[in-house]
Amino acid sequence: MAKKTAVSFTLNGSTVDVLVEPRELLIHTLRDKLAHTGPHIGCETTHCGACTVDLDGQSVKSCTILTVQCEETQVLTIEGFAKGGQLHALQEGFMQEHGLQCGFCTPGMITRAYRLLQEIPDPTEEEIRYWMAGNLCRCTGYQNIIKAIQYAARKLRGEVVETSHPLMAEVSL
Amino acid sequence: MNEITPDLSRLERLEGIGCSRKRREDPRFIQGRGTYVDDIHLPGMLFGVMVRSPYAHARIISIDTSKAKAHPGVHAVLTAEDLKPLKLHWMPTLAGDVQAVLADGKVVFQNQEVAFVVADDRYVAADAAELVEVEYEELPAIVDPHKAMDADATVIREDLAGKDVGAHGARRHANHIFNWQIGDKDRTDRAFENAAVTVKQDMLYPRVHPCPLETCGCVASYDAIRGDLTVWITSQAPHVVRTVVGLLSSIPESKIRIVSPDIGGGFGNKVGVYPGYVTAIVASIVLGRPVKWIESRNENLTTTAFARDYWMTGELAADTDGRIKAMRVNVLADHGAFDACADPTKWPAGMFHVCTGSYDIPNAHVSVDGVYTNKFPGGVSYRCSFRVTEAVYIIERMIDVLAQKLGIDKAEIRLRNFITKDKFPYHSALGLDYDSGDYEPALRKVMKAVDYDGLRAEQAAKRADPNCPTLMGIGITTFTEIVGAGPSKSCDILGIGMFDSCEIRVHPDGSAIARMGTISQGQGHQTTYAQIIASEAGIAASLINVEEGDTSTAPYGLGTYGSRSTPVAGAAIARASHKIREKARKIAAHLLEVSPDDMEFDLDQFRVKGDPARAKTMKEIAWAAYNNVPEGMEMGLEAVDYYDPPNFTFPFGAYLTVLDIQKRTGEIKVRRFYALDDCGTRINPMIIEGQIHGGLTEGFAVAFGQELPYDEQGNVLGGTLMDYFLPTTMETPHWETDFTVTPSPHHPIGAKGVAESPHVGSIPCFSNAVVDAFAHLGVTHTGMPHNSYRTWQQLRALNIAG
Ligand code: FES
Ligand code: FES
Repeated sequence: MAKKTAVSFTLNGSTVDVLVEPRELLIHTLRDKLAHTGPHIGCETTHCGACTVDLDGQSVKSCTILTVQCEETQVLTIEGFAKGGQLHALQEGFMQEHGLQCGFCTPGMITRAYRLLQEIPDPTEEEIRYWMAGNLCRCTGYQNIIKAIQYAARKLRGEVVETSHPLMAEVSL
Repeated sequence: MNEITPDLSRLERLEGIGCSRKRREDPRFIQGRGTYVDDIHLPGMLFGVMVRSPYAHARIISIDTSKAKAHPGVHAVLTAEDLKPLKLHWMPTLAGDVQAVLADGKVVFQNQEVAFVVADDRYVAADAAELVEVEYEELPAIVDPHKAMDADATVIREDLAGKDVGAHGARRHANHIFNWQIGDKDRTDRAFENAAVTVKQDMLYPRVHPCPLETCGCVASYDAIRGDLTVWITSQAPHVVRTVVGLLSSIPESKIRIVSPDIGGGFGNKVGVYPGYVTAIVASIVLGRPVKWIESRNENLTTTAFARDYWMTGELAADTDGRIKAMRVNVLADHGAFDACADPTKWPAGMFHVCTGSYDIPNAHVSVDGVYTNKFPGGVSYRCSFRVTEAVYIIERMIDVLAQKLGIDKAEIRLRNFITKDKFPYHSALGLDYDSGDYEPALRKVMKAVDYDGLRAEQAAKRADPNCPTLMGIGITTFTEIVGAGPSKSCDILGIGMFDSCEIRVHPDGSAIARMGTISQGQGHQTTYAQIIASEAGIAASLINVEEGDTSTAPYGLGTYGSRSTPVAGAAIARASHKIREKARKIAAHLLEVSPDDMEFDLDQFRVKGDPARAKTMKEIAWAAYNNVPEGMEMGLEAVDYYDPPNFTFPFGAYLTVLDIQKRTGEIKVRRFYALDDCGTRINPMIIEGQIHGGLTEGFAVAFGQELPYDEQGNVLGGTLMDYFLPTTMETPHWETDFTVTPSPHHPIGAKGVAESPHVGSIPCFSNAVVDAFAHLGVTHTGMPHNSYRTWQQLRALNIAG
């Protein structure tokens, strides 16, 4: 068995230390060793985006990077979004705009959209479509995902936002 | 249904049928807290990996597992020889065939399962899988189903040697599976002989894959001391899996628990039982430790459940006005190496006989031959009810072919042939009873919304202009689906009728739990099911917890596929709710000391007729159910219903798309897609719209990019997401949705089911639009997928491309 290496990085604000083989992919470390099962595996070939995390301010498909490359980095996964019982605007947006069905792509989608809104706070639909093209969804048809990101963008800019679905009922979390 | 005009404010609080209630499942998904099978980690869990065949057809000379077994961290390597003493080297398929769990003597498709390596983790298992040495003697592979039926074709299934009768009747050839015929052949032939006009068209519906984002997998955990087997599994039909596992393992079903946790999309891919499930279970029993098996994407795309692969010839006979007199269909169906189609046992070609569509066609005959080839098995109903997609494709293409021949407008020919509203319930020439439909207003509504005449005028102008850089195509489909499988008189799986179930328990505080035989793969059951109970039993949806997918707690049900959850399970929910309501009526009457007949139901309470001030809310009634019931009545407030539907349901729709084809490059841009669906009573409009978006996107993928091609040696050429097209945000068009409501007369709340309609209806709509762009040049059909290269070739052939 290959020799293991100790790696430390910051995961959603907390330092983690983990022993891994040099060939181990970040997605497997996150899911199997660090119990962060929010990022999912849809392809392991960098096509689907279900495993997207934010690494030092960049969207990274965690099936594409070795854990040993993550030494002293800052990793943000979906588990780091809601703070103090408060959903992130993107999480709220996906729920309000029905931007998900099976939910399998959702953690990767939200993580990627987060990076988009960091870079472009007021994206056009074309920009959203371009930025999100590395994240596949088999259920939603993308239209509501785009609306969810627009919802979050407006909310983060301090605008009053209403959902485009006439919802009668609030869901308590 | 409710007896009185509802009070809107209370109705809103109930969050019942018709409201766009936000999804109960979302909070866990948006926070990364869903529980999919691969998220399950058990102490001591091992990981299993398949060793697969590089050849499509080869004899196995030897398998040497010694090096793999000696590799540190490896716990077992299973081959067919290890499964034989357990009689598990072959398993029954849903279609009455058998399938090798691990190849027994020879392999019959590329990537077939040959050995199963179990090790400490996925890396070690993958290393060890490389060390399994298999010696093969390659045999000629058959990839073309027509060649499979040649007199001298290689025999693919040697295990069936000498068997001239299969599960569905006589076999004509060693590679023949069945012939299935339906309709009146003589009458249909006569109608063709006497017809003024006939048309005939060959078309291939290519082999595609449902490709949910989550692959298949399971975690099997056998407790040797208790004798209990628990399996977490990506299954659309957990109860049937329990029965199958019971039959295969001889463990009583009472000791088996199958759990389908959250599922990352199914689309038909997760109906069948795959070899990996069986080997993981065997390994767990043998090793006494939990074993996880999760497919890679490549394994998913090349071994689990393809769809379609229908070589079809359609014929229509009509008079000169375009009124259809007869339809004839011949199909050669490529089923791969094992007949593992997910069809109800009694119908080898599923519900393909809905292929007369929305039209009043008096005579029809269909003949389908299934054949074996050296391709992976499956034949699942990908986002459709058992071959409905193929059925709708052929009729919707054929009616365009006929319109073209007669020079009749494509909308007009449909209006002339629709089954009219007064003919429902309608008995079709192929023996189905359509429950309800109102097709003409649906099509007219769409035509008005898109300004159909304006579009045709624009198209005519563009056709007249030789310098126009694009060809414009308008596609129409007016389809009828058949969902809600199904009546046990016509549908079963391995001998179990296709009913579905619901159990509701109302707790003393008035909240409730509902347990179901279905399982959501993104359809939002937890949300919509509670809405049905809210409306039908008067308990606010927010107080209802819906549980699915655990066979230890849920009543037996046949699962979720073929848009059957709402038509079948939804009906069970409504009926269980009504049972709750009837008991509540008696308790309320007892509390108010009046006769139950004097009580009327009003949303969330029972009140005395003529004296509305005297009322008992469902909350009060629930409390009383546990301390003060009429004499002789059982305590508690609960009900269970197993619903066996009297018929299928027949949702329908009218779709229209407009696209532009670049003459120079063959690039196609979908300019507009307008989808009008009628799924009967609408439970949650937001969820319905979401499902339509999703179905249209999957239809777009099939029409414009998906196929699983093979080379001559039987190598799959589309085994990764690099080769197999899944549309992204960049390609996916904008969708417009609309609806009409024609309730099902036999469903307790009139709901029909919707999620597959957009897939079934959009694919021929896209094809019709592509062909329509070329129609003025004499083209009657072009094959899917309509990718740019193929379209460019078409343009070249017509001397149009630059
Ligand atoms: S799993 Fe990483 S991109 Fe698909
Ligand atoms: S919601 Fe199912 S894959 Fe996106």
